[in-house]
Order: sequence, then C-alpha cells, then structure tokens
Amino acid sequence: MTRKLPFGPFLLYAALILLALAYLLPAYMTVVTALKLPADISLPRSWDLPAAPNWSGFSEAMALLKPNLINSIVLTVCATLLSTVLGSINGYVFSKWQFRGSEIVFILFLFGMFIPYQVILIPLFQTLRAINLYGGLPGLILAHVVYGLPITTLIFRNFYAQIPDALMESAMLDHAGFFAIYKEIVFPLSIPGFVVTSIWQFTQIWNEFLWGITLTRHTANPITVGLAQLAGGQAVSWNLPMAGSILAALPVLLIYIFLGRYFIRGLLAGSVKE
Amino acid sequence: MGDMSKDRLKAFLMLLPSILLIGLFVYGFIAHTFWISLTDWGGVAALAENPVKQFTGLQNYVELFTGFLGGGFRQDLVNAVYYSVMLLAGAIGLGMFIAILLDCKPRGEDIFRTIFLYPMSLSFIVTGTIWRWMLAPQGGVNLLPTFLGGEPLGFRWLTSTRAIWEFNWQNLFLIVVYLVAAGLLLIGLGTLRSNPSRACKRWLLPGVGVGLFAWLGADLIPRALFMEEIHGFNLAALGIILATVWQYAGYTMALYLAGFTGISQDLRDAAMLDGAGDLRYYRHVALPMLKPITISAVIILSHISLKMFDLIFAMTGPDNAETGHPALTMYLTTFRANDFAKGAAIAIVLFLVAATFIIPYLVSSYRRKGAR
Repeated sequence: MTRKLPFGPFLLYAALILLALAYLLPAYMTVVTALKLPADISLPRSWDLPAAPNWSGFSEAMALLKPNLINSIVLTVCATLLSTVLGSINGYVFSKWQFRGSEIVFILFLFGMFIPYQVILIPLFQTLRAINLYGGLPGLILAHVVYGLPITTLIFRNFYAQIPDALMESAMLDHAGFFAIYKEIVFPLSIPGFVVTSIWQFTQIWNEFLWGITLTRHTANPITVGLAQLAGGQAVSWNLPMAGSILAALPVLLIYIFLGRYFIRGLLAGSVKE
Repeated sequence: MGDMSKDRLKAFLMLLPSILLIGLFVYGFIAHTFWISLTDWGGVAALAENPVKQFTGLQNYVELFTGFLGGGFRQDLVNAVYYSVMLLAGAIGLGMFIAILLDCKPRGEDIFRTIFLYPMSLSFIVTGTIWRWMLAPQGGVNLLPTFLGGEPLGFRWLTSTRAIWEFNWQNLFLIVVYLVAAGLLLIGLGTLRSNPSRACKRWLLPGVGVGLFAWLGADLIPRALFMEEIHGFNLAALGIILATVWQYAGYTMALYLAGFTGISQDLRDAAMLDGAGDLRYYRHVALPMLKPITISAVIILSHISLKMFDLIFAMTGPDNAETGHPALTMYLTTFRANDFAKGAAIAIVLFLVAATFIIPYLVSSYRRKGAR
C-alpha cells in the first residue's frame, strides 16, 4: 500500500512544518508573555524568551480568577452530567422506541442547536428572573442543560442506532421492558457514548460566554467572563491575561490532548449525521 | 402485546419532559422574542415589574433598515456577510489543503493532526485574548517579517479605519439583482460542458436577461434608502477573521480527513490505475464524493460566524463600530441600552438569516434518510 506523494516528500513536509509552526506561534507567544515580568514586556521584543521565568503572573491571575474557576467547575460538572443523562434517555427513545412522528420531533429537537442564541436570550432572561433563578449558577445550569439537549440526543441516537435490533427483540422475547432493556443492554454498551458526549458538553459549557455575561451576576461569573474582564482593562500588564488564558484553557486542552480521539468523535457527531 | 404498548407509553413519557422543555425554551421563546420585537418595550422603566409594552407593528424593523439611526446596524449586517464569506473561504480552503497533506500519511501524522486541531478546544475568549496581543500594531505578527530580514509591517490589524469594497446602500436592490445575474451566469458556465442546451436555457439566458434588466432598467429598481449611505468591508475585521480561521480550519480538516478515510482504498487504486494523478484524484473523485461533508462544513461555519459575539468582544471590545456584528449590537441594545424591543428585532433578523440555510439543510438530511 505504498502511495506516491503528490507534491514530493520535501514539499509535503515543508508545507506541514510551516503550517504547524504557524499554528504553534500563538501558543508560544502566550507562554513566553505569561512568564515575563511586567517591566520586561514590550511590543518590539514580544517574541523574545523571558530572561528568567517569572511565575508570579500565574499566581496573580489565579488569585483574580479563582472564584470564576470554581464557578465554572461547578457549572460545567452539573450541566454536563444532567444533559448527558437526559441525552442518553432521549437517544434511546428516538433510536429504539420510535413512535408516529418521532422523526419529525427529532428534527425539531435538532433545530434547537442551530439557532443563534440571541433569539431566545430575552425570554430566557425574563423567565429566569420570574422564577428567581436569574444571576446565579442554577439558572445558568438550567440554560445549558436545556439547550444541550439537541446535541446530546443526536450523539446518543446515532450511537444507539448501531446496536442491532436483534438484541432488542430477543430481550423483548424474554419479557424485558423499557427500563430493563436500557439497564441490561443499552447502558452497558454506551460507555463510549457517555465519554464522547460528556467531553463535548464539558468543552462547550466551559467555553461558553454569552449566557455567562448576560445571565449571571458578578459573584457567579464563569471563567470566560472573568478572563474577558481581566483582559479587557487597558492598563493591565499583558502577563496577567496571558497567564489567565492558560488557566482558562488548561482543563479543556488537557482533555483534548489525552482524550483527543473522543473529542474528535464528538466534533464529527455534531455535523455529519449519516 | 399489552406489555409492549405499555413500554411504548413509558418511552414516550420519558421523552415528554425534554419535548416540553424544547417546545418552550426553543419554539416558545422564539415566538415570544418575535412578539417583543413588535412592541415598543424599552427605556428607563423597561425592567420594572410590569413594564408597559405597546404594539407598534413592524416599526422596529423599519427603523433598523431604513431609519437614520439604523446605519450602524446596516454596517453590522455588511460586516456579518463579509465575516461569513471570508471565514468560509479561509477555513474550508485551508482545512481542505491540510487534510490533503495529511491524507498522504506523512510520518508523525498524529502529532500534526493534534497541532492543527488544538485551537478548536479553546474558547473564543481565550483565542481573542491571545490574538489581540499577537496583532498589536508594534509587535507580534507585524514583527514576523523581521525574522526573515524584512521590515516590520505597520498594519493596524484591529484598529484600522480603512474600508474597501464600498457601495452605496441606496443601490442595495440593484446590487442584489446584479449578483443574481452573476450567479446564474456562473452556474451556466459551470454546466456548459456537461449539458450545453440545459445550461443555455436554464442559466445563461435568464442570467443575461436579468443582467440586461438591471443595466437598462436601473431607474425602475427602487432605492433602498432615502439618502446616500456608504458601507464597505472594514479592514479592522481582517484580524478577527484571521483568528477565526486559525481556530476553525482544523475543524474542516477533521471533517475532510474522516471523509477521505471513508473512501475505500479500492476506489482509490482504481482511480490511480485509470491514470488519475493525485491532484486529479482529489479534484474529480474524492472531493465530489465528499459533497455532503462540504455542505455540513458550510452550515456549521456559517452558524459559527453568526455567533462571533465572544471573539469580537474579546478582541476589540463590544462597542467598536468598525468590527461590529449584529450579535453584539443585539447585546448592547438590549442589556446596555435597555431597548428590549429593538434588541429583539435584531435577534429575529439574525434568526431569519440562520433559518434560511438551516431549515433546508435539516429537511434535506431528513428526506435523504427517508428515501433510503
């Protein structure tokens, strides 16, 4: 299975290495700037390595962002768990217990994942205020669970479609019902589905900004909002926002590096349906 | 069968809460936003317990599209179109190119793939913060030529006030007609070789007709605005587009790579035996086969370009007119200026734009499945 390379090996590797460098430059810049002393940061010398690594930027950024990080952890863990569990049950129904019109209902679900969220923002804001959930984490969790339903349902439905119907039928001959089949057959097979979906949801919720800034008060701001405020001030020295960016990116970046395979599967599940 | 129908009921009941939530939070809320956009809700008392809302019909939309103060919104719309088109071209072009490179199975393919995909895991706020620093006028990207012995660039990536490709909003309808004509001609030329008579009848003749109509009958086409108003592509947006392409090219790469892997080696060998070189293999065999993937990529990326809110917020701040976007204007109008009705109208415009390409996409993917 040897294949001839279209551009010749030299050009191929030259192009790949140049592109990889271009992709890594922002990461390099972030790390070196984060490790500099504020006095050493100047634009004309922004590519230089720091004279000696200075870690105080990280501790300062950590002190400023700690409440936001804690909020984000609570928010992300709760919302990911709830939306994944609901998505699993929905996907099970949509793939194995279809009813008249269930395909249409499914398409109507999917539509919810493609809307620009501005279009539901005002009623969401009003509703959360009306039920006293505006401003805190529970309201934000509710929003993420509800609007996470389309994608989690989609991933699980496609995942369960691979479970052969013969397994279902033989279980039904044994008089296993809706819950028994889920518990005995579907759930044990769905661990990879849970991994893919919860990684996807974790990334989405951790990185979300619009609801964070419109639906929470200062004390409940997630990390994206905290970082935007830290970086938005003009007078701030740039090692702080850079260290903050690293802190904000690290949890998902680690997931991506160690569980990249599942991350990509979630990525693909969100787009290619057939 | 009695057990069976009881189980069906159970299944439906388990789904019911989600159906109700989606029904209320998606469809109910969209309808409510539409209703708000038809009122005059706003002003100082907008957040009172029971704010006064009066029905004003389409007044908010009329103001946005033809009003004197809507000029900023119209520039935002123009920006959004340019963002979408350039993001699509950049991310799909670069992603496809990288995917073809990686499809050659170079050594270290895994590492390269990881490098091209890691920006996808970052939030727009992180990307925006990093790129704001990368694009600072006297540093970062502008210094790169000095490493190759050149002069530093002086381009003000995010603060440039220059605009190119300017046009007068008054002529909007005329421009649309010309674009339709150009589109018809392009499709016609594209199909000319495979089916000349159909190309002429279906595309070329109507294209020439529409073009002639626009040229001769320019005065018959109504003006879109009562005064001259110039809009264009603000160069300050280039920095934002660059950051978005950096973040999302890896996504299209992953889509195409998955597609290339799915094409069987037999088909590939057959194409090669027929004398197709590698580039011709991609052009005539692989990429046409991956048309559904290209369509998905277009849909997802257009959707992302409508959600540029976070990135623009982090890179130039929410109220920078040069890099404005309807998603940001909606936020500022609603939550800073308390003009809820107008914010709702902007949101509905955004939604309608999104719906025009999402609904056909969902319907066609549903149909395709139904046909099988």
